[in-house]
Amino acid sequence: MPSLNPAELSPQITMRALNFYYGQTHALKNINLDVYRNTVTAFIGPSGCGKSTLLRTINRMYDLYPGQRADGDLLIDGVNVLADDVDTIELRAKVGMVFQKPTPFPMTIYENIAFGVRMHEKLSRIEMDDRVEWALTKAALWDEVKDKLNRQGTSLSGGQQQRLCIARGVAVKPRVLLLDEPTSALDPISTMRIEELVNELKKEFTIVIVTHNMQQAARVSDFTAYMYLGELVEFGKTDDIFIKPQDKRTEDYITGRMG
Amino acid sequence: MVTNSEKNARAAKTAKNRFADMLFRNLTRAMATLTLLLLVGIIVSLTIGAWPSIKAFGWGFFASSEWNPPADRFGGLGPMYGTLITAFIAVAIALPISFGIALFLTELSPAWLRRPLGIAIELLAGIPSIVYGMWGLLVFSPVFASTVQPWLAKTLGQVPLIGKLFAGPPIGIGILAAGIILAIMIIPFITSVMRDVFELTPAMLKESCYGLGGTTWEVVWNVVLPYTRVGVIGGTMLGLGRALGETMAVTFIIGNTSVLDSFSLFMPGNSIASALANEFAEATSPLYTSALIELGLVLFFITFVVLSFSKLLLFSLEKKAGTTS
Repeated sequence: MPSLNPAELSPQITMRALNFYYGQTHALKNINLDVYRNTVTAFIGPSGCGKSTLLRTINRMYDLYPGQRADGDLLIDGVNVLADDVDTIELRAKVGMVFQKPTPFPMTIYENIAFGVRMHEKLSRIEMDDRVEWALTKAALWDEVKDKLNRQGTSLSGGQQQRLCIARGVAVKPRVLLLDEPTSALDPISTMRIEELVNELKKEFTIVIVTHNMQQAARVSDFTAYMYLGELVEFGKTDDIFIKPQDKRTEDYITGRMG
Repeated sequence: MVTNSEKNARAAKTAKNRFADMLFRNLTRAMATLTLLLLVGIIVSLTIGAWPSIKAFGWGFFASSEWNPPADRFGGLGPMYGTLITAFIAVAIALPISFGIALFLTELSPAWLRRPLGIAIELLAGIPSIVYGMWGLLVFSPVFASTVQPWLAKTLGQVPLIGKLFAGPPIGIGILAAGIILAIMIIPFITSVMRDVFELTPAMLKESCYGLGGTTWEVVWNVVLPYTRVGVIGGTMLGLGRALGETMAVTFIIGNTSVLDSFSLFMPGNSIASALANEFAEATSPLYTSALIELGLVLFFITFVVLSFSKLLLFSLEKKAGTTS
């Protein structure tokens, strides 16, 4: 277990005075937060607190929707990704994302992985085969699907589909993986497998996970950010947040008195 | 304690409900049967009407393009070729354009433009076909003859093999012009179906592709289109069916000659529907009328095949999706 002393960790994502607006609604208020390299950071909080919004700011997914905008600084490896001249296509290749529900593309298992890679790299057939195997292995899915790579992605079970989506994200070799409530549509066994996977993946990727489930945050994350009504209430090591929260609101939420 | 009179009243009520149910069931069944009977009736009466012609010309009707009323010799190849080729041209032109419009409306257009533009395109479908025909004849075809046709003859016309399709004098009206007018007419149909099915694609699925660093084109081509292919094919078939049967606009602009002596798209031709519209009133001999009815039967058959084929295609796609999902 690496040290979790912030002084020894290097921040990969740095947010300073970050604000987010849905039209007139001020959804994120002055967020200041560091996400450290090769750690798992969980965003928790009641519905509507802005945790998913914050996640979608990191890969600028909000750009797809008119009327949504962010200001302030959001640096990934020192580059402000909120700047106008940032190529969002390149950004999203570096920041993978997995959603609440499995979203396999309407194509084969193999193509689900290869498709994303092909958008950014030109690989030979053999290199692509290797990449697909590598990504599926990383997502702990290879053994289950190696004999049916030509089946449709939608033929897999829900938990397998979600791991396929993780493999798909991993395959383009991002630096950061964003997981937006990745287990909310899964059964407990599949959830457990995804959580184990998160633990493995953080060796190579920086992971940010949004979750409704506090036990999950406690199980998988190194750092936790508690958000409430668009504000970052408290941020710190997960153990500290869950054992001795500094803020009354965090304590209320964690102990189940609120939220 | 239940008295006898209460029991009787309840039984009467049950009987009444049963009767109403039965009446309703039979009524709806009669309606459904009536539709089928009408379909069969139309086929039967068309066949009876076409019988003299079928007997006189046999399969030769499909191989000959001789259309000679004074000599009472009829071959339907000209109008059949015209019907199929104009519909094919129409779909070939309308499909990519409709795809582009639907793509713009669902993915790229600013929100304020979406509704007015969508409504405007749907209103195109409300223009009466005779207006399209007049516009095609009086406005479109002169411009077409003086600009587009000479250009096509100079470019595509010089290519071996397909050059034959663009040979001949640029006279405006003809098979190509009819195909283009038909394309304009079916664009609203294909577009509105495509737009509707594109909008059904889950936002999360699209975001997953954007999230991998996909461009709008990559998202639409690789995710939205495969996801909605059933609807896209359905919309295209709807447009094709309409193009096959369209009468008025085509009659104005196709040139109306049932003689087929060249495969050039610049030449005037005829479609089944416009042949029927033009010639029924002047069909004097019984065989002439019968030949026209046979053409109608053929058109019926073509549309039937196209529709069945599309249903079959959709069905097999659904079945495939069913086994794999």
